[in-house]
Amino acid sequence: MTNPFNTQQGAEIGERLNPLVAGSGATDRSRAPRTVQIADGRVLPTRRRRSFPRWFADTGWRHLIGVVMLVFASFPLLYVLSASLNPTGTLVGSNELFRVIDFSNYIELFQRPQQPYAAWFLNSLVIGLVTAAGTVFLGALAAYAFSRLRFTGRRVGLLTLLLVQMFPQLLGVVAIFLLMSGIGEIFPQVGLGTQSGLILVYLGGALGVNTYLMYGFFNTIPVSIDEAAKLDGASHAQIFFGIVLRLVAPILAVVGLLSFIGTFSEFVIASIMLTDPQTQTLAVGLFQFVSQETSRNWAIFSAGAVLAAIPVMALFLYLQKYIIGGLTAGSVK
Amino acid sequence: MSNTIPGAQQPLLAPPPAQLSGPRTATRSHAQTVRGLLIKIALLGVVNAIAVFAMFILVMRESWLIFAIAAVVTVIINVIYLRPGWLPAKYLAPGVFFLAVFQIFVVGYSGYIAFTNYGDGHNSTKESAIESIIANSLTRVPDSPTYRLTVVEQFGTFGFLVTDPDGQALLGTPDQPLEEVDAEEDSTGKAVSVGGWTSLGFGDLLANQGVVIDLSVPLSDDPNDGALRTPDGSSAYVYTSDLVYDEASDSFIDTTGGEVYVDGGDGAFVNDAGRELQPGWKIDVGFENFQRAFTNDDIRGPLLSVTLWTFAFAILSVASTFVLGLFLAIVFNAPHMRGKKIYRVIMVLPYAFPGFLSALVFLGLFNQQFGFFNQVLLGGASIPWLTDPWLAKFSILFVNLWLGFPYMFLICTGALQSIPEELSEAATVDGAKPFAVFRLIKFPLLLVSVAPLLISSFAFNFNNFNLIYMLTGGGPRDIEAGVDAGATDILITLVYKVAFGEGTGRDYGLASAFAILIFLIVATVSIVSFRQTKALEELN
Repeated sequence: MTNPFNTQQGAEIGERLNPLVAGSGATDRSRAPRTVQIADGRVLPTRRRRSFPRWFADTGWRHLIGVVMLVFASFPLLYVLSASLNPTGTLVGSNELFRVIDFSNYIELFQRPQQPYAAWFLNSLVIGLVTAAGTVFLGALAAYAFSRLRFTGRRVGLLTLLLVQMFPQLLGVVAIFLLMSGIGEIFPQVGLGTQSGLILVYLGGALGVNTYLMYGFFNTIPVSIDEAAKLDGASHAQIFFGIVLRLVAPILAVVGLLSFIGTFSEFVIASIMLTDPQTQTLAVGLFQFVSQETSRNWAIFSAGAVLAAIPVMALFLYLQKYIIGGLTAGSVK
Repeated sequence: MSNTIPGAQQPLLAPPPAQLSGPRTATRSHAQTVRGLLIKIALLGVVNAIAVFAMFILVMRESWLIFAIAAVVTVIINVIYLRPGWLPAKYLAPGVFFLAVFQIFVVGYSGYIAFTNYGDGHNSTKESAIESIIANSLTRVPDSPTYRLTVVEQFGTFGFLVTDPDGQALLGTPDQPLEEVDAEEDSTGKAVSVGGWTSLGFGDLLANQGVVIDLSVPLSDDPNDGALRTPDGSSAYVYTSDLVYDEASDSFIDTTGGEVYVDGGDGAFVNDAGRELQPGWKIDVGFENFQRAFTNDDIRGPLLSVTLWTFAFAILSVASTFVLGLFLAIVFNAPHMRGKKIYRVIMVLPYAFPGFLSALVFLGLFNQQFGFFNQVLLGGASIPWLTDPWLAKFSILFVNLWLGFPYMFLICTGALQSIPEELSEAATVDGAKPFAVFRLIKFPLLLVSVAPLLISSFAFNFNNFNLIYMLTGGGPRDIEAGVDAGATDILITLVYKVAFGEGTGRDYGLASAFAILIFLIVATVSIVSFRQTKALEELN
């Protein structure tokens, strides 16, 4: 982190979103600090006190845009936070921002038998965590095979993965519904209406979305590490579970968290699979809750939304740090 | 998430150098540890136990095809993990299994459903349709003999233990016609219990009243013989159907009116007047669903406008978020500017906020009567943000701009910073104006690295179900359309509404035909974009 102007952070968030930028960002970091330069390309020799018009022309207008964007970006979030703290409970009452601060909506949220918010929350967490763990495991196994082993059909396999990830699972929602109702007739434990069945369906998307991301990362771990272990007598399973998995921990975390966030927001398949309110997820439950009587339920919905957003936003911020740490730490010293 | 999970066309990092020894020899030369072996055996044991359990149930249900597939898959899994070598298969098998069942099979199955009339009223086979038709039209035979009845239960299934007028005890369930059994009789000769079944007492009967009254137990294998039903739980009467199925002519005859219903070839029995008996059954209809989609005016018009809007929505979404994101990346790419970190963190928040919640929050903000935009910002206006066809389109693009610009801002910032400074410095020295430097040097370089992400962002928005469905539900609805389509529906929401919508009935066949259409569009787009990028060439 040698860049004195703190412009690196965007690049690093970019890296977490985009492995493409990751490569370039990594080389960028290794370069010497740049010349001091403003965006329009002119090089400023030193920094000195300037007049206001000059300051405004160089930097001030940027702050102006920045403030506008701050309002644009944060307003809906502040609004929902304010609405959740408003005891009047309706949409109209929510229009006066932060007039009163009151936590009664948060209490009532957990006291509605018709809308079992606590159950939804728990369901979303459990389904998200199990899916994330399964996705990471299945994806890591496959990425290891594609990255380290050479076999017939490898190229075709990679191509297939590239193609499959173009087709999101929700396109097959009708077929999934009929398949799961068919499975349910034979195995009610994993059929329509069960969360375990939903997790199985989500795991079907595990390879498609994430293996390619992991494959790229696995390739950056030097094969010499595997070979050294092999010479020392380690079996392939020992190499995979004992060495490689630890070295690729950052990408495992990223894929796991991306999978969790994706599952958390997934609506289509969850809505056709889960019909009993007690088994539903937050996305399905909150949508049905607020779409029925938007205005009357607004404050309670807002409280639910704020609570639901907390784990996801916390993970998101955590994710950024983790990736930065993971990429800079490196594995070979 | 509110935007794509990238990685679709990432340039691959350099390939690892070729391995010194092949994986197969490596496995054989090292003895596996005992612990690893035990774990492997335990896991394989669990998988096999589940598989055997599954196959047992499949045999019971006589689903021979699925049984055969399950058996073959189980054998393959065991061979893969017990045989030395085949290392790639050991690592790929678990993921491929799920991929095959829930993604690849599902695609193929969608294709199959698109060629059937599967949907409400056409759910099952012809045999079960015939049984349902008979069961639905049962009426009590006027001079029916009285069967004395004991309702019995076994593993949650209810059955009738009856004593026929001759004093013979018979047992049957809705799925199993009456058969003679040896039952214990009480002093009046009424059969009261039979081995393996629990007789229901008065209290149990009351608790299960609704279920018991709906039971009908066939008298024999021929459904035309009628069935026993009970109005009170203590005596049963013979009910027969007004509709008699004639196997020879494959038709139903209405015994009350004499009308004949024949198999009309559309998966239902119809009479001369065109009245259909419900339910029908599932048949293959060939290209009829596609034909309907492209030639039936009630469907073609809405489908065309939905497809156009889908493209417009996806393209405009990518364009608007990219332009704003790039603009902001340039604005904040200023070394002297203070407080950039704070701007960045707050501008990223819309991206971190769960996408479905954002759509619902805007649902409240845009509310026509009470929403913040109309009430506070516009001082009590009553603008139909979500219910006017064009305003709803605008609102959706606005919300998607809010959702998507942080992602574009982040990737553009990253891409801008990775462009070497020397290039623009050299151009400046040569006398290029700042805007020319950007337009001729930075922007083309930026596009090279960002273009694949723009394509995957397009693909994501093409199927951005959550935003559309939660904000407008696809509405306002086009009332003249033959399907439940609205002004802001995109193809994927149309699929969902045709397949699972309320009001118009479920039509899985037509919905799958629409899904196939999306497949074809997405496939075309991805093939074109693959050709444009070098992702394929760099596969090693």
